[in-house]
Amino acid sequence: MTLAAAFFYLFSIVTIASAVMVISARNPVHSVLFLILAFVNAAGLFLLTGAEFLAMILVVVYVGAVAVLFLFVVMMLDVDFAELKQGFLQYLPVGMLVGLVVLVELITVIGVWSVAPQAALNTPTPANLSNTEAIGRVLYTQYVYLFQAAGFVLLTAMIGAIVLTLQHRKNVRRQNIAEQNARTRASAIEVKKVPSRAGV
Amino acid sequence: MDLLLSLLIILAKSLGILVVLLVLVAYYILADRKIWAAVQLRRGPNVVGPWGVWQSFADMIKFLVKEPIIPDGANKGVFLIAPLVTATLALAAWAVIPVNEGWAVANLNVGVLYIFAISSLGVYGIIMGGWASNSKYPFLAALRSAAQMVSYEVSIGFVIITVLLCAGSLNLTDIVLAQDTKWGFLGWYWLPLFPMFVIFFVSALAETNRPPFDLVEAESELVAGFMVEYSASQYLLFMLGEYVAIVTMCALLTILFFGGWLPPVNIAPFTWVPGVVWFVLKVSWFFFLFAMVKAFVPRYRYDQLMRLGWKVFLPISLVAVIVVAAVLEFVVKVGQ
Amino acid sequence: MPIVTAAKALLLKEFVGAFLLSFRYLLKPKATLNYPHEKNPQSPRYRGEHALRRYPNGEERCIACKLCEAICPAQAITIEAAPRGNDGTRRTTRYDIDMTKCIYCGFCQEACPVDAIVEGPNAEFATETREELFFDKQRLLDNGAIWEREIARNLAADAPYR
Repeated sequence: MTLAAAFFYLFSIVTIASAVMVISARNPVHSVLFLILAFVNAAGLFLLTGAEFLAMILVVVYVGAVAVLFLFVVMMLDVDFAELKQGFLQYLPVGMLVGLVVLVELITVIGVWSVAPQAALNTPTPANLSNTEAIGRVLYTQYVYLFQAAGFVLLTAMIGAIVLTLQHRKNVRRQNIAEQNARTRASAIEVKKVPSRAGV
Repeated sequence: MDLLLSLLIILAKSLGILVVLLVLVAYYILADRKIWAAVQLRRGPNVVGPWGVWQSFADMIKFLVKEPIIPDGANKGVFLIAPLVTATLALAAWAVIPVNEGWAVANLNVGVLYIFAISSLGVYGIIMGGWASNSKYPFLAALRSAAQMVSYEVSIGFVIITVLLCAGSLNLTDIVLAQDTKWGFLGWYWLPLFPMFVIFFVSALAETNRPPFDLVEAESELVAGFMVEYSASQYLLFMLGEYVAIVTMCALLTILFFGGWLPPVNIAPFTWVPGVVWFVLKVSWFFFLFAMVKAFVPRYRYDQLMRLGWKVFLPISLVAVIVVAAVLEFVVKVGQ
Repeated sequence: MPIVTAAKALLLKEFVGAFLLSFRYLLKPKATLNYPHEKNPQSPRYRGEHALRRYPNGEERCIACKLCEAICPAQAITIEAAPRGNDGTRRTTRYDIDMTKCIYCGFCQEACPVDAIVEGPNAEFATETREELFFDKQRLLDNGAIWEREIARNLAADAPYR
């Protein structure tokens, strides 16, 4: 158990430290990289509590896909740090206010309020089931409608993004690969008998 | 005391698999070059030792004793971490790969997800290296690889799901054991899931930046891609990470579709051969395929690559997930 | 028809064809030579490393006419001449070829009236430093001594066509 404790402290210290670095790093790319480090360490914490499925999904979804796109965008930004710093003090009060609200909310959530006190009691992890299976059973029985609803929300968001950005310009010649691949010698080549001095 | 002992055992296991893996990779690199050369009617490396068997080790020594050059405008920390990330992540995937029954360093219950997660992290080494080099070609390569790897992971994920549906487990050992039927090699998943097998193979090529999807290091366009500014041991680490990732993909193909360590026919002369031998043979066969593909295909254009990933593989694999699930639910269950 | 093409693509018809083709090539004999151990046949007209020849009695052939220096398109040859001390014949006191300038056109050999400067069959004279490629008279005469047999044979083989 000492080993688990040691790893817990390692992961949590690195998580907190890199979370601090996310907001204090001067280079935005470094910020994203620290964010990724924080994600990975959070996954480690999940692993320690026995939630191996959650840990892996966190890495696959957030680190493997979302953060890559983050990094992708941030990398291409040409941020002028001096200009960014100018407005810092001006926005400080608003920022503090937002931070305070979030802090109060967090304290409330951790301290007293819970959606359904019986939920935690109702779903103990069955002894003979693996973590993954247990999550699957709950997700696709009790919470199946909510799960599907979440899926629809994402689908709508995706379709919305596509509709907003997809423009089909006319007068652009596009490649139709299926058509190209389906071409045969017979459909592509015509052999003509050209008489001498007459041309085609 | 028990704790120390178990730690030591884990350490010894990891060290064992690392040494074997790295020696194997050294020879796979040589084989890659030899096969590529042979198809082009060349000889390939043949000077260092008989048939060039020490070539990879000679190369390694050369890279290690060379002077590492860090460009002036580079982001030093990230520049140095990037190759380490690539190499470590590639090696970390081998923690869960079972080379025989019970022969995995960690028999994780979510082994498939672990490998999937690790391989999806592999892109970071390339992005970090490309960005930190502070140079045009590496940066373009980093952008390309980010888009490419994210696109192909999606279809790889769905292909893996079809296998998981058939096997009913996320554990790699269980997936192999689920393919142990009385039909021998005809019962392995490559036959019933043949289209998925093809999609996985092609996506694995794209995921590891092998030709025809090596846009990340397309020599004619991007010089050496994200590795332009790298030299010496950093370059070695990148190269190593890349080839280990390829071998990992071959191992994954073996486990998911070719029955891991199982013998092709369940009769006497085949069952005498130890499982590890079958495993290595199968992995070598897939590596041979990877090397041959490198020799005979031209490179894809970038938009064709995106089209193949999103417009062909993604719909097919999505439909396949539904079809496989339906067949399992309505045909196989009724049949039982 | 599209279904047939789709099935062909999915079942890797063309991939298998390409694989079998390249597998045949894999087993074919290699087209390249195992270079330092195997070499291509060489023409008698091959233009390699320069050499200054001597007559069979040991007298050097070069009479310092400077035709080679005059014709050299790369101006790689530098010659200084003076009467020799013991018999007063016209000889070179300096005969340098800058091999980094030389383009191996063979004009010097063609210009030479006494077959003194020739391009021998040797092409393997790579050096580690640039300075070693500034050949002086001694080096060229030594080359002549080393390669005389091959040079004489090549000149004899080529003579009917001159």
